[in-house]
Amino acid sequence: MTSVADSVAGPVPADAVAAPAAARPRADAVTFPVAGTERELRLDLFRGLALWLIFIDHLPPNILTWFTIRNYGFSDATEIFIFISGYTAAFVYGRAMLEQGTLVASARIFKRVWQIYVAHVFLFTIFLAEISYVATSFENPLYSEEMGILDFLKQPDVTIVQALLLKFRPVNMDVLPLYIVLMLFLPPILWLMQRRADMTLALSVALYALTWEFDLYLSAYPNGVWAFNPFAWQLLFVFGAWCALGGARRMSRILSSPVTLWISVAYLLAAFWVTLTWYIPQIHHLLPKVIEQWMYPINKTDLDVLRFAHFLALAAITVRFLHKDWPGLKSPWLRPLIMCGQHSLEIFCLGVFLAFAGHFVLAEVSGGAWMHLMVSISGIVIMSAAAGLFSWYKRVATKGGTRAKSADADFAGGGA
Amino acid sequence: MRSIGRLTLMAGLLVAASARAEAPVVQSCEVPAYLLTSESTLPKVAAAVKPGGKLNILVVGSRSSVIGVSDSTSAYPGRLQEILRDKLPGVEVNVSLELQPKKTAEELAPTLGKLVDERKPNLVIWQTGTYDAMRQVDAEDFRNALDEGVGAMKTAGTDVLLMNLQYSPRTETMISGSAYLDNMRVVAQQHDVPLFDRFAIMRQWNENGDFDLFSPSPGAELAKRVHDCLGRALSTFVIDAAHVNPAELRIQR
Repeated sequence: MTSVADSVAGPVPADAVAAPAAARPRADAVTFPVAGTERELRLDLFRGLALWLIFIDHLPPNILTWFTIRNYGFSDATEIFIFISGYTAAFVYGRAMLEQGTLVASARIFKRVWQIYVAHVFLFTIFLAEISYVATSFENPLYSEEMGILDFLKQPDVTIVQALLLKFRPVNMDVLPLYIVLMLFLPPILWLMQRRADMTLALSVALYALTWEFDLYLSAYPNGVWAFNPFAWQLLFVFGAWCALGGARRMSRILSSPVTLWISVAYLLAAFWVTLTWYIPQIHHLLPKVIEQWMYPINKTDLDVLRFAHFLALAAITVRFLHKDWPGLKSPWLRPLIMCGQHSLEIFCLGVFLAFAGHFVLAEVSGGAWMHLMVSISGIVIMSAAAGLFSWYKRVATKGGTRAKSADADFAGGGA
Repeated sequence: MRSIGRLTLMAGLLVAASARAEAPVVQSCEVPAYLLTSESTLPKVAAAVKPGGKLNILVVGSRSSVIGVSDSTSAYPGRLQEILRDKLPGVEVNVSLELQPKKTAEELAPTLGKLVDERKPNLVIWQTGTYDAMRQVDAEDFRNALDEGVGAMKTAGTDVLLMNLQYSPRTETMISGSAYLDNMRVVAQQHDVPLFDRFAIMRQWNENGDFDLFSPSPGAELAKRVHDCLGRALSTFVIDAAHVNPAELRIQR
């Protein structure tokens, strides 16, 4: 994270002074080389990676599933996605707040929230279409109980209204509502962060602690709670924002100390060992019962401390060994990942859609290990191709004139 | 190029599928040994399994414990009874089913102690989790309900065995079972009762190609074969957890 801060957070104030508002450097300033600083490709790389992993985890298990990080520790791609989203959102809109004022920046954030909301509703429509089809075509006595899940189709009025209120969220559609809520509160977070960064982070930690102490939650429809509790997950988002606005730079000494490195490595190895006992039950008895009772269940809904720590350890090691000027970041092999990361909202939605479609193909055409693998790989190819198309369009549109450029700014830098 | 490759692949799969259909009637549904053993034991079952003994098993379950609306003889409880009678000669095995569809664990838990008092089984197989997953019941409430239910039944004097959800690939985009699977494992460990991992077993069958659980309209035949295999696996699991050696029964007889 040290050099993330050097390159990204460093130039903010200097740039804000150097470029007066008349020049209108907007969100796209992050996208294009500005004042000798290049876009932080590592953020794009890992956000792209998170998108791929989320897609793979949403499909039925296959060989590729073994490459997703949730099999090797407590945290998974969601942590990466939310952290980087907080980081980029704070960076882009933090700069906008300095240059255009709090009001305009807030308006732009709300516009972004609206886009994400529309994307969510769009995905819900596709989901409805899919399950309505399943409901009418599927007749398997083995699963007569499970098919009861489709009962909600009998009252579309309630269901659709609850979906619009973000209370009814089908499986795999939990990330966007979380992101909508987090973005909705970004203006006050940013406002405070620019004045009292550490206090903002402290407040966030306090809210996280209160969530665990008093069991705060948002209820869902028909019952239960939000699968990702925003009261808890805001910690990652705010932490990302804090890092973007100079926190990472201030942490650089801690991050480069060997003690941090060894603690991180030890923790990652311990977590790996614990996850190993999930998959190889034969070694399950090697895990002391005391530790087991203390540790389980590892709560994803409320972002368990163990998960958060696992993410921190991963991030610390990544930042240490993967430098921002690593030449591999420019290699064509990583281009697809980076491009996916640069168009994250579009690619995320496409990923959710492709996961639905993948299930559909597997159900309608044929199952089998090979078909599973084919579906996963085709999905990743489609996501990369789409990202390439968006990049191309943006490049062409930008050349076309300044009007197109500013219209596209939110797409480029919004940072879903 | 790519689509040709996919076509041949699909053709290959079709051939494989039709070959499977022509295969002999005996269903292969092997289960890896680790899914059929448990560190927890069933002392009440062990005590009941003796020449001239009576083994009463009560299955408390939802609709996935029957086929269709209510057929329990060809579903796993009925199969379990027949297979256990076969494997345990000289023991009077009775498996009865308490069907409780559309009930969450929380609604069911307070009734279980009384149920055991009335029926006096040696073993209760509590099949649960599906309806809770469908309703997305709070995971912690679910865990507390399991805790309460298992505790009450053990106090009432029976062995308890937990059975988790079915593996249902078709509804995977709609029902997320992982939190419920995890919590059932946790409670089973806390109370030291065996957990029959129906989910992992059925997933294994699907992946090995023993059954095509994705199939949209396979008719009742597939369900019957799956339940027969579940009954078999369950009987092995119960005998293993009770540390009974059926061969000894034969000698004594």
